[in-house]
Amino acid sequence: MEVPILKQGAVLIATFQAALSDADLNQLRMGLVQQVVKFRSRAVIVDVTAMDVMDSFASRTLREIAHMIRLRGAETVIVGIQPEVAFAMVQLGLTLEDVTTALDLEEGLAYLNEKFKNTH
Amino acid sequence: MVASPEIRVAINSDPDIVLARQKGRARAIELGFSSGDATLIATAISELARNIVAYAKKGLITLQVVNGSNRQGISVTASDEGPGIADIRQALRDGFSTSGSLGLGLPGVRRLMDEFEITSQPGRGTTVVVKKWRQ
Repeated sequence: MEVPILKQGAVLIATFQAALSDADLNQLRMGLVQQVVKFRSRAVIVDVTAMDVMDSFASRTLREIAHMIRLRGAETVIVGIQPEVAFAMVQLGLTLEDVTTALDLEEGLAYLNEKFKNTH
Repeated sequence: MVASPEIRVAINSDPDIVLARQKGRARAIELGFSSGDATLIATAISELARNIVAYAKKGLITLQVVNGSNRQGISVTASDEGPGIADIRQALRDGFSTSGSLGLGLPGVRRLMDEFEITSQPGRGTTVVVKKWRQ
């Protein structure tokens, strides 16, 4: 299953689907970093609103994506973690430490706009 | 009460992890679990199926309805004939991993569910049975 990646100015938006396999996640990890390089993007928003389960592999992959993108000098914002998914993640002991999160796509974009405005 | 057949999902590769957790969630909702509990159950299934793929390569996830004296629940059995676990106590400690891909698997699963049982014999395989009771 392919993850659609939308380019909006200097920001890439990747929208996760519910049924992503490990192979899909691995593919996305490489694909996103390549696109950040190609488009000289300054930030990536990963929208996980549709994900009904965030297990150890998915959250580790998200952390890795954020760290790789940071090494490129860009920022990652994870948006849309559902309350039930957040609860399960905490029970499972998963964290997304030092990865920025926001309520939804709108909040994520607002955060990045504010941040870019201040760096110019 | 309607007789509920068990659901079996063969786990042979990583797409089967997604299939197993989807079936688990659907079954939990059918049984009247809240959406939040269904998410906990689906997450536990995902981790158990992941252990099978990571350590044993193949195995089976079985979903069953369990009836207590005045309550109903779901049980998830993850069984494989993989290498087994030599030191179960160590495997149940947070942060323990031998495959490099996990580390939180079993203790995390134990926290997600109400009951947790594991049997394992080195060289023979591992069976994990977890249950969640409907609130």
